[in-house]
Amino acid sequence: MKNFKHSKKKLVYVFFLAALVVGVFTSCDKAVAAKENPELMKVYGESEAEMTAPPMVPRPVGKRAATKLIVNMEVVEKEMEMSDGVSYVYWTFDGTVPGSFIRTRVGDEVEFHLKNHPDSKLPHNIDLHAVTGPGGGAESSFVAPGHEAVFTFKTMNPGLYVYHCATAPVGMHIANGMYGLILVEPEGGLEPVDKEYYVMQGDFYTEGENGERGLQAFSMQKAVDEDADYVVFNGKVGGLTGDNALTAKVGETVRLFVGNGGPNLVSSFHVIGEIFDKVYVEGGSLINENIQTTLIPAGGAAIVEFKVEVPGNLVLVDHSIFRAFNKGALGILKVEGEENKKVYGGKIEEKVYNPGVSAAEVTEEETEDAPVANTSLAEKMERGKQIYTQNCLACHQATGNGIPNAFPPLAGSDYLNADVHRAIEVVKFGLTGEIEVNGNVYNSAMPKQNISDEDVANVLTYVYNNWGNNKTEVTAEMVKKAK
Amino acid sequence: MKTLTRLAICIAIMIQGHAYSQSGSMVEIRGGEFIPLYGTKTEVPVGDFLMDVYPVTNAEFLEFVEQNPRWRKSQVKQLFADENYLRSWKNDLAFGSEDLPNSPVTNVSWFAAKNYCECQGKRLPTVDEWEYVAMANETSPDARSEKSYNQYILSWYETPTTFKNTVGNTFKNYWGVYDLHGLVWEWTSDFNSVMIGGESRQDSTGDNNLFCGAAAVGATDLMNYAAFMRYAFRGSVKARYAVKNLGFRCVRDIEKTNL
Repeated sequence: MKNFKHSKKKLVYVFFLAALVVGVFTSCDKAVAAKENPELMKVYGESEAEMTAPPMVPRPVGKRAATKLIVNMEVVEKEMEMSDGVSYVYWTFDGTVPGSFIRTRVGDEVEFHLKNHPDSKLPHNIDLHAVTGPGGGAESSFVAPGHEAVFTFKTMNPGLYVYHCATAPVGMHIANGMYGLILVEPEGGLEPVDKEYYVMQGDFYTEGENGERGLQAFSMQKAVDEDADYVVFNGKVGGLTGDNALTAKVGETVRLFVGNGGPNLVSSFHVIGEIFDKVYVEGGSLINENIQTTLIPAGGAAIVEFKVEVPGNLVLVDHSIFRAFNKGALGILKVEGEENKKVYGGKIEEKVYNPGVSAAEVTEEETEDAPVANTSLAEKMERGKQIYTQNCLACHQATGNGIPNAFPPLAGSDYLNADVHRAIEVVKFGLTGEIEVNGNVYNSAMPKQNISDEDVANVLTYVYNNWGNNKTEVTAEMVKKAK
Repeated sequence: MKTLTRLAICIAIMIQGHAYSQSGSMVEIRGGEFIPLYGTKTEVPVGDFLMDVYPVTNAEFLEFVEQNPRWRKSQVKQLFADENYLRSWKNDLAFGSEDLPNSPVTNVSWFAAKNYCECQGKRLPTVDEWEYVAMANETSPDARSEKSYNQYILSWYETPTTFKNTVGNTFKNYWGVYDLHGLVWEWTSDFNSVMIGGESRQDSTGDNNLFCGAAAVGATDLMNYAAFMRYAFRGSVKARYAVKNLGFRCVRDIEKTNL
């Protein structure tokens, strides 16, 4: 009886579980279907897309549902600065190079309004790589000056995409700055981060050479030859430096949406002083980790993310490095905050490297047993000055005052004058750890100096007989004794 | 003495008036054959005709609307001109404060331009006629292979607001015609007969054999780029469009008179 009851209960359980399983599966099926078919995603409401000029990006989509998104964009042909004293007639989307950043989510129905300013000389259009359809919208958006074209599309694939003008001659329109980025976030949005920025590389071809002043015309020949005069971030030399530098605080996670408008060059995108924790390879769904340099093809993009751990200026470059230092592909991300010595100790010393000295040391060691000639104080001082200049000056400075908080002073130094034997040991064997000099604490490291006992005596004699120190004369014998 | 001065002023005014009417003058274009941009393998024949030396100016067009009320800004049919028609004009019979009398009239539709020419006993040039005359530089009837010629055109494409300039300030070409390059685009009678669609890349590879290979041709040939943009522009407009950078001029057939 008891058993029967039990099994009945069991049966109920089984039914219940089965129902649950079925339920789970069906709802799961639905979810999968919705994910795989953005086409079937329902849109809720209607809103106008927030558009931002570089380097800013619009607010994340977050958890919002797919919607009908109105995008308004204006084509403007205008003269702007390419570099100091160099101007250029850019063709732009919304008056900037790159054009406004467009942020959508998968399943959005985008209603795109492309307006061509009445003053424009040429017709233009837009090919968005995020569009599934002929020409990426180019065919439907071809628009004469003083007119507006409207077309719609649904965002089918999440990712970061380039858009550009595709009117004949396409290369010239792109070379004049007609490109930008459109982001399609996955359902639920990208993971939130502290800072997001919009960076886009482009190459420019001018009649005059790099730096030639005045209004520069586009050079079709150089463009065809792929012989760029300028390779820049955000449309001009200095687009991301000085007042235009990006900023972040120590501890923040930074996400860069990086595109490459081309028209010709492929970017070896690198941030000097950082390692990308994450790279959304080619702007798609594949995530790679711990990347130094990521390749961004012309007409392609990537999302890179990294946490900034230490303060300082990080340098964005195209690591095809002549482009960075000679053609403009250089930007700054300024990181402010507390030092983190665990991650980066900073410079602890700098000294002259002279292989000749150690070679000399070897010969001197061979002659070590030879009688040491008694040298006069004047001779010792002269030789000591040479040694100081070669080995000590870089840190302790020519004045012997050192560098505050980094390298302790030798001038009028209580630490030095208190104990000559300790001073000999420091030079001969090096010193690491905390010491107090003239009331200030230094916590650094001084390496062992690779010089002969005689030169240790010479340099110390030089130091002791300068800058208000106690005029001790150090001998080679004293140095030899130190062990 | 006084009469002499008056006479001098009178003559001066007449000369000026003559200069104005100069913009209505025409020169003879001797026809021939040429291969236009749009990639036909065979040469296109162009007959003899007369072409306006300058594009039609604001002053000339004002005269036209004075005589033809249906082409006034407030009276034009929407079917024949969009809302940009004579956009900068203050009212029906006065052009804008920034428009000079001797600047080319722009923001006129194809319908208006066509009717203007017809009222003068002329017509709009065909694309082939226009291109035939426009391939000349100062000294040669076909300068398309010369770098300086193409560079001039390309640099104009990149110079903003040239529509504000006055007529006759570019170069006088081989035929004696001014301003085909460097001032404004110009309407042609069959502007949309050669279509560059919105998708220019497809035009060169798809079923539209008019543009076979045009975009893909040896890109070192600058000529294609300069001309390509003209065809692209023509492809982007419709007959009722009025565009700020688009004006027109007229041509006339040479009548064969039997002596």
